[in-house]
Amino acid sequence: MSDTIKLKYTVSPDDFTRAGEASSDIKSKLKRMGVSPEVVRKVAIAMYEGEINMVIHANGGEIDVEITPDEITMTLKDKGPGIKDIEQAMQAGWSTAPDNVRNLGFGAGMGLPNMKKYSDEMEIQSVVGKGTTVTMKVKM
Amino acid sequence: MIKIDSVFYNSVRLDKSLCKGCINCIKRCPTQAIRVRNGKAVITKKFCIDCGECIRICPHHAKQATYDSLDILSNYEYTVALPAPSLYAQFNNLEDVNIVLNSLKKMGFNDVYEVARAAEMVSEMSRKYITENPSKKPFISSACPSVVRLISIRFPNLIEHLLPIAAPIDFAAKEARRIAMKKTGLPSEKIGIVFISPCPAKVTAVKSPIGFESSEVDAVIAIKDIYQHLLEYMKDCSISPEDLSSAGKIGVSWGKSGGEAGGILTDSYLAADGIENVIRVLEDLEDQKFTSLEFIELNACSAGCVGGVLTVENPYVAKAKLDRLRKYLPVACNHIGSENPDGVFWDKEIEYQPVFTLGADIKESIIMMATVEELCSKFPGLDCGSCGAPTCKALAEDIVRGVAHERDCVHLLREYIHKLSDEFTMLDSKTEPQNDAEE
Repeated sequence: MSDTIKLKYTVSPDDFTRAGEASSDIKSKLKRMGVSPEVVRKVAIAMYEGEINMVIHANGGEIDVEITPDEITMTLKDKGPGIKDIEQAMQAGWSTAPDNVRNLGFGAGMGLPNMKKYSDEMEIQSVVGKGTTVTMKVKM
Repeated sequence: MIKIDSVFYNSVRLDKSLCKGCINCIKRCPTQAIRVRNGKAVITKKFCIDCGECIRICPHHAKQATYDSLDILSNYEYTVALPAPSLYAQFNNLEDVNIVLNSLKKMGFNDVYEVARAAEMVSEMSRKYITENPSKKPFISSACPSVVRLISIRFPNLIEHLLPIAAPIDFAAKEARRIAMKKTGLPSEKIGIVFISPCPAKVTAVKSPIGFESSEVDAVIAIKDIYQHLLEYMKDCSISPEDLSSAGKIGVSWGKSGGEAGGILTDSYLAADGIENVIRVLEDLEDQKFTSLEFIELNACSAGCVGGVLTVENPYVAKAKLDRLRKYLPVACNHIGSENPDGVFWDKEIEYQPVFTLGADIKESIIMMATVEELCSKFPGLDCGSCGAPTCKALAEDIVRGVAHERDCVHLLREYIHKLSDEFTMLDSKTEPQNDAEE
């Protein structure tokens, strides 16, 4: 049998109460797989930030997770507005989140920086008007 | 072997003769520790955190807590009762804690030592520790044994945030023994330190101590067991009782949710009670959804210790009674000196116990998890509990763990039987023409 597991999650748009469902599920699965607490923490935080981003900016999207004994790969795909200036978006504190979102305590401009901080590799592909794909890897 | 037993001691038991094999407890258990097998509930010890939810929900009273009876007093030459603050919340219009304390002595105890008294010193030590270790914020309260056990099996990343300080009962027991030995000159083993407890988790914490190698508590008696006796004696003690009380607002408030946090004297705290709410807070804490708080108070029971399963009064009514009682008390009556007293800090680390892990290593676990996913897609997703597991996912995990079978699912079994009967019909129709031919 293959020692790879593939999981798929749908992130629904505009629903903060459901954002975090995917990261919560992956967290419980990783713990059941005996993955080290530190790796679980990194994956959970990186993925939660990603989910929140998809809810705030991109009308939701899809997350594919692939787990092997060596690494966890998370691919977050959305058909949102895309990121104009990736370098700027990566800066801590930079945010384009609207006020109503900020009033909820989100939009502090730490989403992408935290995703980078907690993953071992991160790649962003974005086309303005078409969407964004973020790939994050966390090593076991 | 001994180590495993002590690590996974549980104080919740099943009376098989009363268990009807219904699904109430399996559905309610926050760690999915219970299954119905062969018509009876079975608790998997290593998953159980002794929260008492199954005792609360069981309509047949088959789930019971283990604790000691009052007869245990005869085992000792000198006994000290350690009443939990929640005990005071069980009585109507109680004006003076001394009435309860004197009644305990009338009931047969030689002396009393209020847990609330130790709690005030624990509060002071906690304040000191929090100020001295700001980098370890947020601090998670370690007084509720069910919460600590839950963190140790499910939230490894939060272990380092636990306040490494004795729970008030542990510190109270040490102090009570020290005082009793000094007073009587008796050796330790002739003195019985007896906790009057609101919950079964504290029974477990005595047998399998948290943060310490051993517990100074010799026996645990349930509040509900002595409640009626105590009421009898209280009538006689109500007029000018001996002054035995020595705890203030801070100590007594530990009996309810928010009380421990109140003793920290900070605005930067949250207090969550009820096991489901506690789990939600822990999940969010683990994801670092809030990091700026200084103190997180968590109680497995609704309203705090007054909601313990061994209490008598409605938790919220009890909380109101405790609020009324504390109004007339001084803020605090106990202080530690400049030196830290012995036995306040944990001498044993809390270790992560990955009891939920599926396989022996990551590779095996991934394969097992893939099978779980595959099984889940086959199951109807009704979480009906008919198989004896609380959810379809739990059944799938049981199957890969080798303790259940696919056909434990009544829906899959029905499909299988339909298929089987179709095959029989087909076989039957195939054999008929042959019979004709033979004829």
